[in-house]
Amino acid sequence: MRILCCVKRVAAPGAKINVTADGLAVDASQLGFATSPHEECGVEEAVQLVERHGGEVTVLTLGPPESAEQLRYAASVGAHRGVLAATDGSAWDPQRTAAALTEAIRGLEAREGPFDLLIFGNESADSGGFQVGVRVAYALGRPIVNGIKGIEVDAEADGGVVRARREIDGGFEVYELPMPAAVGVKEGINLPRYPTMRGRLASKKLEIAELGAHAEPGGQSLVRLRRPQETVTETEILGRGPEAAAAVVDVLEELGVL
Amino acid sequence: MAEVPEKAKCVVIGAGIVGNCLVGHLTRLGWTDLVLLDKGPLPNPGGSTGHASNFIFPVDHNKEMCLLGKQSAEQYRDLGLSVDSGGIEVARTQERVDEFKRRMTSAVAWGVEARLLTAEQVRELVPFINTDIVLEGFYCPTVSVVDSLETGTQMRNAAVSGGCHVAANTEVLDIITEDGPNPGDRTVRAVVTDKGTIETACVVIACGVWSNRVANMADARIPLVPAVHQMVDVGPLDILAETNNEIGYPIVRDMDTFCYERQSAGSMEVGSYAHRPIFHHPDEIPSNEEAALSPTEMPFTPDDFDLQMEQAIDLMDMLGDAEIKYAINGLLSLTPDAMPCLGELPEVRNLWSAAAIWVKEGPGMAQVVAEWMTFGYPRVIDVHGADVARFYPEERGDDHIWARSAEHFNKTYGIVHPQEQWESRRNLRVGPYFSRQQDLGAEFFQARTWERPQWFESNADLVDRYEVEGREVEWDARWWSPITVAEHLNLRENCGLVDLSAFQVFELTGPGAVAYAEYLAVNKVDVAVGRSVYTPWLTPDGGFHSDLTMMRMGPERVRIVTGVFDGGRDEFWARRHMPTDGSVRFASITDRITTLGIWGPNAPHVMGALTSQDLSQAGSPYGSLVEVELDCGGRTIEATLLRISYVGDTGWEVYADWDDGPVLWDALMAAGADYGLRPTGGAVYGTSGRLEKGYRLMGAELESEYNPLEAGLARPKVKAAPFIGKEPYLAARATGDPEVSMCVLTVEDQTDGAGRKRYMQGGNEPILTQDGQRITDSHGRVSRVTTAGPGPSVGKHLLMGYLPAELARPGTDLQVMYMNELFPVKVAGTGAVFDPDDTRLKS
Repeated sequence: MRILCCVKRVAAPGAKINVTADGLAVDASQLGFATSPHEECGVEEAVQLVERHGGEVTVLTLGPPESAEQLRYAASVGAHRGVLAATDGSAWDPQRTAAALTEAIRGLEAREGPFDLLIFGNESADSGGFQVGVRVAYALGRPIVNGIKGIEVDAEADGGVVRARREIDGGFEVYELPMPAAVGVKEGINLPRYPTMRGRLASKKLEIAELGAHAEPGGQSLVRLRRPQETVTETEILGRGPEAAAAVVDVLEELGVL
Repeated sequence: MAEVPEKAKCVVIGAGIVGNCLVGHLTRLGWTDLVLLDKGPLPNPGGSTGHASNFIFPVDHNKEMCLLGKQSAEQYRDLGLSVDSGGIEVARTQERVDEFKRRMTSAVAWGVEARLLTAEQVRELVPFINTDIVLEGFYCPTVSVVDSLETGTQMRNAAVSGGCHVAANTEVLDIITEDGPNPGDRTVRAVVTDKGTIETACVVIACGVWSNRVANMADARIPLVPAVHQMVDVGPLDILAETNNEIGYPIVRDMDTFCYERQSAGSMEVGSYAHRPIFHHPDEIPSNEEAALSPTEMPFTPDDFDLQMEQAIDLMDMLGDAEIKYAINGLLSLTPDAMPCLGELPEVRNLWSAAAIWVKEGPGMAQVVAEWMTFGYPRVIDVHGADVARFYPEERGDDHIWARSAEHFNKTYGIVHPQEQWESRRNLRVGPYFSRQQDLGAEFFQARTWERPQWFESNADLVDRYEVEGREVEWDARWWSPITVAEHLNLRENCGLVDLSAFQVFELTGPGAVAYAEYLAVNKVDVAVGRSVYTPWLTPDGGFHSDLTMMRMGPERVRIVTGVFDGGRDEFWARRHMPTDGSVRFASITDRITTLGIWGPNAPHVMGALTSQDLSQAGSPYGSLVEVELDCGGRTIEATLLRISYVGDTGWEVYADWDDGPVLWDALMAAGADYGLRPTGGAVYGTSGRLEKGYRLMGAELESEYNPLEAGLARPKVKAAPFIGKEPYLAARATGDPEVSMCVLTVEDQTDGAGRKRYMQGGNEPILTQDGQRITDSHGRVSRVTTAGPGPSVGKHLLMGYLPAELARPGTDLQVMYMNELFPVKVAGTGAVFDPDDTRLKS
């Protein structure tokens, strides 16, 4: 099967992210970059599906030229092809991004045939618009379900079916989507593998196809970024070894557990 | 918000391995009222300690680094926070195999157990290694893996038990200083933090990669740069996990690729010193909040590590299929000369540096600084090479720090020749004859910032004249020329002209100048005007701090002339101990004075051609200063002649105004043309000439671990005036003959096992008994080669080294190890092997 994963280069999560003085961009001077975590899981899911069913994983990203690093990372964990829709690095709104990705996917499919499955991250780690996957799927006329934490492919079913599982309160929902289809996956669907050294070295040889990214701005524009107020938590080390036991008991009593 | 104390006896900034061990050692030494600050949380505040690979390879060619690494390893062991994993350095190249012979030699010198392994023996210890690409291994069973965080915690807790106040999450915002009574003299007064201000008379900067930024708060500099060391952790690997151990296999250093492979439980850490130098200004280091991992675990840049991955897979194929679970651009500290920054900062009194120290030497160097602060000087070993005062102003700027650190980063596992010269940042300081020397094909060696000719290609004709043989082994001939021997022989037969412009020249003036000079010096400086005194300066413990010449220039004027390697330390020492009543002024006149040395039997003829003054032994006696007017091609210049010699032939040091230097050079060269005068390089002045005379050199023979009696520099009487180190010096004299004596030895046969003539380099080669045993004294000091070089006029390769009294007798047969082979040597004595009666000096 042919699977396309869309990924986004984002500031590596896990640290305080500063905003530039004009409030219009992330201050990247202290930051590393990574694949948006939901999408990292999407790549892992695609690689696992192909490992089970055969086929090929193509990874598409829209972003600055440096986004090639994320394509190589995907290749280092098993993706086969990488496509870069290069921008000038400015922030694109979801409509514009979706339009450009749609055009890119149409072009790829026109040349090489349709993808059986499009995998998006549920939302990006930076702008969190929750829109791009849905907009692309809609434009391409593919069914899509978001919030997916499990995928099975039944290739034997008529034309192929994707069973996508979504967690809800107290249980889960299962959707059957006729292929070609699209899903938006969430962290937790799998535990993404780390690249191996050989995988990393092989990814250096990945030939990245570069496309232009052309789309008009959509209706959403960036006014200003603002850091939310952070809640500061303090951790107190109560002690080490047996000497800590009494302090632990005190805390548990204070909490009413004992 | 937690407050900090309003006052403290001493504030230590930085709670990494160094700061923690420092407060521990200070507490042990009796300090109370300490405050330890760190801007990060404990126990891992986010500095380099937190991501260190925590292993110690105990062999280093450098004495300070090796012995303080050993000392540190012992401290980790004493706390039970160390495992002897063993470690193997593997060679992929023949050059590295040869280097292992040198490492074996250093292992013997420093008393570290080590042996060479065949490739198959390497595989027996590390079964997953690809021996097809390994030629040989260098194995140390005592390579250890330590828990630096827990060690720091325990040392800190010991200090807390002694009353030390610890303030984590407390950032230093400023260090307040106040002016002292002497010009340029400042002292620490307070540390301003985000939790309050602490009044204190003593501050230690132990902030690792942030140290220079913190020093800058007090308008001081600690010359280091935060540099990236890339490291990845790959796994899981079954063969490692099956050991059920943090470290079950020896650590492997893949020396020719500048990488290491170190087991960490079920994973393998692969670290590199092979990637391009990547430096960050301290302001670029993120805060704890801004860092995804920690401030010093910066985002990995994989493109810089790809080659290392390929090489790691070549060595251990299993690594290729293991997942990269953790990868960082870890920050550590580099300095311009690859040595740490220890001691009081010259810019601010009572502001100390304990920086550019890695985990492998942290506890030992913390002890050094603690002893320095307590006793006025370190006791564990001499650390002149790590003294932060060694740097000249040109060495303290970012351009120098970055350029030099970039040059030596890739030499971390490199094969560095003892004489190896820097490529970057040359010609920082040159003498007034520089262009003339360039025209003469001078090969310049750089002494800290100063360029000094080592030999002159223009003297190549002398090689044939004196039938000087070359050196067969490339290593021995590297950074060497047979011209150096030819220049030596010419000086002995005719005369040589030596550029000594790199001398560091200071003056003490004022009504207290002579008394203060006396206080610094062992020997009597209160001599007649016009006399010079060669004298040690001692540490408070009676060891050598300096060894230099002091000149009584006037009733209230004393000139100090010292070597370029010691200028920074000596200037600081002289300023640091000055009286505060304004009776003494200090000035550096290095930039105004140039010095030429002219020595050899024809030197009097050459000098005599420029002046009518009586330059006989009567008119210009040894050790005396004579003011002369020199006729330099029709132009008269004033100069001061000091009859003295570091090469053993008669002649003078000629002091003149810097601007008169070129004229003086030209006049001497012209006058000397008929007397065989040749420009002569530092290899003669600093090595062969002085070796034949057994003259000692500060930093080689003379260190704080040795006293003047042991060095053979004690005079018959001790002056009445007080001086630094007098009491221990008197005590040492009272105990009778010294336990060890500095000796000159001759190499009796230089032929190695391959039939080649070898030449010891003076790189701490161990001197052994005839049955191959190391020689140590009751203080644990080892007999080793402090200087080695040719003795062209005595036909022997010469060595210097301390020997116990029973072995210091002339004629004693011993051995020296060089490149892991033994060579027979014989003790010549404690003095000169050439002209021992100094008849040539007096001629």
